[in-house]
Amino acid sequence: MAADAPVPRPGFRGYRRPDGRIGTRNHVLVVPTVICSSVVAERIAAAIPSGAALPHLAGCGQLGPDMRVTHETLAAYCGHANVGAVLVVALGCEQVVAQMLAETARRHGKPAEVVAIQAEGGTVRATEKGTRLARDLDAALAAQERVWCDASELVLSLKCGGSDYTSGLASNPTLGRVTDRLVELGGTAVLGEIAEIMGAEHLLASRASRQSTATELIQIITRVETEARALGLDIRGTQPSPGNIRGGLTTIEEKSLGATHKGGERAPLEDVVGYAAPITRKGLTVMDTPGLDVESVTGMVGGGAQVVVFTTGLGTPTGNPIAPVIKVTGNARTARQMADNIDLDVSGIMDDSETLDAAAARLFDEVLAVASGRPTSAERLGHREFAIHRRNPTI
Amino acid sequence: MKFVLVISERDNVATALQALEAGRQLQLGGGAINVREAVPSGHKIALRAIHAGEPVIKYGSPIGLATAEIPAGAHVHTHNLASTRGRGDLGPAEPAPQPRLAEPVDERNGR
Repeated sequence: MAADAPVPRPGFRGYRRPDGRIGTRNHVLVVPTVICSSVVAERIAAAIPSGAALPHLAGCGQLGPDMRVTHETLAAYCGHANVGAVLVVALGCEQVVAQMLAETARRHGKPAEVVAIQAEGGTVRATEKGTRLARDLDAALAAQERVWCDASELVLSLKCGGSDYTSGLASNPTLGRVTDRLVELGGTAVLGEIAEIMGAEHLLASRASRQSTATELIQIITRVETEARALGLDIRGTQPSPGNIRGGLTTIEEKSLGATHKGGERAPLEDVVGYAAPITRKGLTVMDTPGLDVESVTGMVGGGAQVVVFTTGLGTPTGNPIAPVIKVTGNARTARQMADNIDLDVSGIMDDSETLDAAAARLFDEVLAVASGRPTSAERLGHREFAIHRRNPTI
Repeated sequence: MKFVLVISERDNVATALQALEAGRQLQLGGGAINVREAVPSGHKIALRAIHAGEPVIKYGSPIGLATAEIPAGAHVHTHNLASTRGRGDLGPAEPAPQPRLAEPVDERNGR
């Protein structure tokens, strides 16, 4: 290459949507409005190649804030860049409004259809009609092609689970370097799991680009801590989990300091957002999610993340219906024992056979390859876990 | 392969990268430490004496308070270290203390 040749910017091949957003996958999303239509939705999605169902436990019997979160999370998936078309499967008497979900998809320029089980006359007719509609949507998507996209178009979800001592020493710092590089390129990363920032908030708050963002972060952590304390219970045993403790992690502060490495060391904290709320600022965002893995990933993908990097010490299978989840471990034993579930082994960091920078370069390349369509272990194994966070009782 | 890893020079514990037996002597930058008791791989070992009530420091930040006298070379885990955060068992909830920011936050990008 000539000395003055421009260095090509890193990028990937994605789907450019009518609303300008970039998808890394091209699913027909089959959305049940309510738990009662979840089985029909799953059967329809299973019948078409690009089908992705969102089976869930909510959609009715919920009070104000929970109902709003359920609706907004489902709507966020309908508008998501990894979704090319939407089929809403309603029952007919539930709280979540099918037409509003379809309208959300259409506002983002996606074709959307609705089928209602009561109106169609039962499971068999609704499944038949829904499958025909979904097949037509799938055929239209098959004609769409990937185009070259700059790495700055990526919104990366940062997640850890089944952590052990290697997480804070190897896999999380590796991911942190990827976060710093992506943000320097103009991209976006999102960190969730507020309870697992407890004890490390001073490090993130000091990187906030605005005082108000630092204040919001501290307020949200204070709220979660106050809620935990108001239960009168000892957070130990839950945070860290029994497996974390066997792995050598003693306190939530220790777990958090290791976990927060995922957010890098330099990337400015630009925003703090609510559960599954849109991530609109480039740079690092913190989302208010619980520590439970599936609820957390569900929320961050709802916010717009098109790829998830999930670090683990002990190993975990979690995927997502519409976003690829890349599993990274720094534990050599887990890399061997749970090879099915692991995409990237960075355990060389632990025995000094690989540097953090070299591991981060491999992970960055993996993120771009997966964004371009390479299937992850979770996708190959059919892991499509989805759970909407809820705070209040069902009435 | 190293026996232990010290992450920050402020730390008063190190992480065992393999199981440590009692009696082993570890050579570290700051001197030698005698392993007082077995420390499983991935667990922590005290680099110096830590008094009950003193913070235990890892990653350069406090990870909780010592609940007993911890001699140098001892295993540090749930039996002698406890979190100070989210502890509803310690009494009724009060507003949590506001953590001090590590450094003043500037107002760049004042969007």
